[in-house]
Amino acid sequence: MKHIIKISSLLVAIMAFWIGLLETSIVPRSNAWLLPIYLIVSLGCYGLLMVGVGLMRFPTCPQEAGLLQKDIVEAKEFLKQRGVDVGSD
Amino acid sequence: MEEEEQNKGKKNKYSIIIPTYNERLNIALIVYLVFKHLREVDFEIIVVDDGSPDGTQDIVKQLQQVYGEDRILLRARPRKLGLGTAYSHGLKHASGNFVVIMDADLSHHPKYLPSFIRKQMETGASIVTGTRYVSGGGVHGWNLMRKLTSRGANVLAQTLLWPGVSDLTGSFRLYRRSVLEDVINSCVSKGYVFQMEMIVRASRKGYHIEEVPITFVDRVYGSSKLGGSEIVEYLKGLAYLLVAT
Repeated sequence: MKHIIKISSLLVAIMAFWIGLLETSIVPRSNAWLLPIYLIVSLGCYGLLMVGVGLMRFPTCPQEAGLLQKDIVEAKEFLKQRGVDVGSD
Repeated sequence: MEEEEQNKGKKNKYSIIIPTYNERLNIALIVYLVFKHLREVDFEIIVVDDGSPDGTQDIVKQLQQVYGEDRILLRARPRKLGLGTAYSHGLKHASGNFVVIMDADLSHHPKYLPSFIRKQMETGASIVTGTRYVSGGGVHGWNLMRKLTSRGANVLAQTLLWPGVSDLTGSFRLYRRSVLEDVINSCVSKGYVFQMEMIVRASRKGYHIEEVPITFVDRVYGSSKLGGSEIVEYLKGLAYLLVAT
């Protein structure tokens, strides 16, 4: 099944639930009207929170840059001895 | 599908496909590092060069003199024809039962190759993909803006696509050859989005995908090939994958 259909059916299910709430008036109608807005706002908050947390815990590896430089020096030396032209760049 | 591993008499062979364009220095360094880190393994390196004007192919020929023409294959194309077709081009000449795909700009370090191979052997996975976003992995050389875009893109993709892998746009991966052939034929995207389409399609097809942590050091030599329209391309790709997979 195409993924967009999955997401659409999820949305339709949520809408059906919402319309059900509106019709049966288990919660006051005025509150039920606002539920989609709450949903959108909380989705936005979730997104921002995930980006924020991801940014704070972003894994970095400054030591790797140093190790790579060592590897590059080693590789250049080896290749130069074998006659590979690694001088110009 | 498992018969290759069960048949102990036949050893696994890994074909490492590296597409290049103007990477004369980097390709030499990569080849050295691959040979340094893969000592006990049967492998070949397939360089798919898109007619680099900087003499990348001359360097590859010199490397063939050092390591042997059977270990390093130069399969050049006349001009820049895109990443996706570079992989299928390389694949045509691959003789291994596993294929590794990696970038030539040294942001993918060959020292992680043994962990890809080990992971595949332990789990029997069809695809092992490198991820930067777990402990043990990481990125170096990105500014705050780059990190923010990356996180935003990732959250968006995870929320909309549910792909089941943590790093969609990373392109350091090991594939079972038959799986790569299958997935690559159903992919239509170009460039940047191609990597994402490959892994999403593989995930949808139900292939067993495993992850290993890798570190990513942004390119040291040469200029980065990612343009300013990266974000737009990414969003288009995301929309395409939503309706197509």
